[in-house]
Amino acid sequence: MALTGMLLSIFLFAILYNVFSRKIDVPTCVPYTGTFKKPHIRKVDIQNYEVYAVAHMWAYDPDEITIPKGSTIALYLTSADVVHGYNIVLKGVNLMAVPGGVSKTIITFNDPGVYRVVCHEYCGAGHQYMMGKIIVTDKR
Amino acid sequence: MKISKSYKTVILTGLFMPMTLFILGVYNGIMQTIYRAGVIHQSSVGGINYYQGLTMHGVINAIVLTTFFAVIFGHVTVSHYLKREPPKLTYQVSMLLMIIGTMMDLVAMLTGKAQALYTFYAPLKDSAAFYIGTALLIVGSWIAFFGWVKIWLEWRKENPAKKMPLAILGTFVNFSMWFVSSLPVAYETLVILTPWSLGWTTSINIPLTRMLFWMFGHPLVYFWLLPAYIAYYTILPNVAGGKLYSGNAGRLAFLLFLILSTPVGVHHQFSEPVFTQGTKLWVSVLTYGVALPSFMTAFTVGASLEYAGRKRGAKGLLGWMVKLPYFQQDNYLFGYFICGLILFIFGGVSGIVNASYALNQMVHNTGWVPGHFHMTVAGPVLLVILGMSLYIYTSVSGKTLKFKSLAVIVPYLWMFGVALLSHGLMAGGLMGEPRRTNLGLSYTNPDSPLFNKHWVATTTITMIGGMLMGTAALIYFIVFFTTALSKATAPPQIILPESEELHEEKPIPLLLNMKPWLIASIILTMFTYVPALISVFKYSKPVKNQFQTESPVNEEK
Repeated sequence: MALTGMLLSIFLFAILYNVFSRKIDVPTCVPYTGTFKKPHIRKVDIQNYEVYAVAHMWAYDPDEITIPKGSTIALYLTSADVVHGYNIVLKGVNLMAVPGGVSKTIITFNDPGVYRVVCHEYCGAGHQYMMGKIIVTDKR
Repeated sequence: MKISKSYKTVILTGLFMPMTLFILGVYNGIMQTIYRAGVIHQSSVGGINYYQGLTMHGVINAIVLTTFFAVIFGHVTVSHYLKREPPKLTYQVSMLLMIIGTMMDLVAMLTGKAQALYTFYAPLKDSAAFYIGTALLIVGSWIAFFGWVKIWLEWRKENPAKKMPLAILGTFVNFSMWFVSSLPVAYETLVILTPWSLGWTTSINIPLTRMLFWMFGHPLVYFWLLPAYIAYYTILPNVAGGKLYSGNAGRLAFLLFLILSTPVGVHHQFSEPVFTQGTKLWVSVLTYGVALPSFMTAFTVGASLEYAGRKRGAKGLLGWMVKLPYFQQDNYLFGYFICGLILFIFGGVSGIVNASYALNQMVHNTGWVPGHFHMTVAGPVLLVILGMSLYIYTSVSGKTLKFKSLAVIVPYLWMFGVALLSHGLMAGGLMGEPRRTNLGLSYTNPDSPLFNKHWVATTTITMIGGMLMGTAALIYFIVFFTTALSKATAPPQIILPESEELHEEKPIPLLLNMKPWLIASIILTMFTYVPALISVFKYSKPVKNQFQTESPVNEEK
């Protein structure tokens, strides 16, 4: 019993420490309005971008995002039709695109490279072809 | 205990029918591992497409087989301990509704009218027959429970001094939780999805349907699991040759499940919009709470096994592990139970990763998730179902088990298969390999621009695991069906192995009364889901979307 308690306390501490000290967090939400259904990218300043992404059967819009390294993206994601997923592979960024709702997360890309975005929620016959890219270039 | 003819028919049908369907479930499971490994680059084989097969695999294995078994095991447990049969009307109507519901689901899936997978997320549309069929299956299982409550009240009047047997407490906890948590999904399927599917309503709030689904979807996994726990507490110590270490610990574990299993559903939705981070964090913490009764069970069952091993003459710290009755033909149940337990160690630990809030971001909806749940639902849950189905079928029909030597090796082969399958899925999942995806058409097809070579190795390991599981299942089917189709040799009876308790424990009043726990459960559920529901309406809007799986054309416009 004591062992179990100790183990659970360690787990709890790890979660709370990561959330509050290291700021590793899960996606949050903002109230949904129809304007989120218009896909676009907005450059706020030299390092900060806002991406309004819309998933639909069977592609993302925009499906390719190019940014210089060191950039931070505020990503707003919704869906035009059915439920989709948005997993930036090996980046630990994982969102659901749900029609009628908007997911939001903030991501910083420090390393250059091509990041694949895979749809990981079944969305119909073309699901396995649904992929996007985030290209992080080397220049500042 | 002697058994009436109609009760016997219901019990045997309730085992035979889902086991026959399970052949289809297993076939589709094996096929998925082949598609995913890129061995075939096709969208369908033999007229069943990948996602249709996946829908059948999920619905048959995880809803039909598990629900039928929970009801049949409940019938046998309740009748064995109370020494009477439930009212004929309840067990017959219950079985009839469950069979009709299953047949509706089966026809919808086979004709391709339901292929939105077993989670049936709107706005992908299934035919109304599927939604109604699923609801009938669930309602049928409630009716069996009502019959048990009636004979329990009779028994209590006749035996006022006796305490509720542990197995009965476990069964009643399980079905109370099931009843409470399946109300939201009954509402979702009958009030929201059926009229929407038939075209009577046009707009639908998707986040609301998802919340209602997971309010049911997580307790569902405990509904699968608790019959296995009942077997671990009340049958395993006996077949291992020992005694149950603590009955009160078992009671406490079951009652903790009653209060904690319903309010944790949102932990399937950490990656979604609509819920605030506060709700997500709270649910993550509650999920640790529900890990507690599983930790307790591991300890109590482990201690019971150690006692059994020492009684068999084991020495030293770990010698008891060697002395247990692993390969005994007349005690085949032990193998099924122990292999399930071994898998469950890893299933439980990987589940804690899923529940861990930020850590979930790495694994959500990747191969990690099926990797995890094959070590739970295809681990202890399925192995107890397989083992106990043989036991119940033979005793209730009076038939003798055929091919005993084969029956003994099934669980071990299955365990190795699951271990490989889950290893492949989890390793791939950590590298971003998506679940529920026909990878062979794109990501594991070298000719596709989407090809990812890292996922070839992991999906191949998964396939080898799937083949081993398929072989084990095939052997099991030979044993089960030759036994079921043979002639009876003994009078039919209801009987279960009963485990004695090691210590004479003082009865604790709080552990003998379900009522306060049921009230606590409802309060905790409200405390979690009222804020969640407020968020749903604050952050989302209904949409006029309705889609078939094959086409991106909105049917509502």
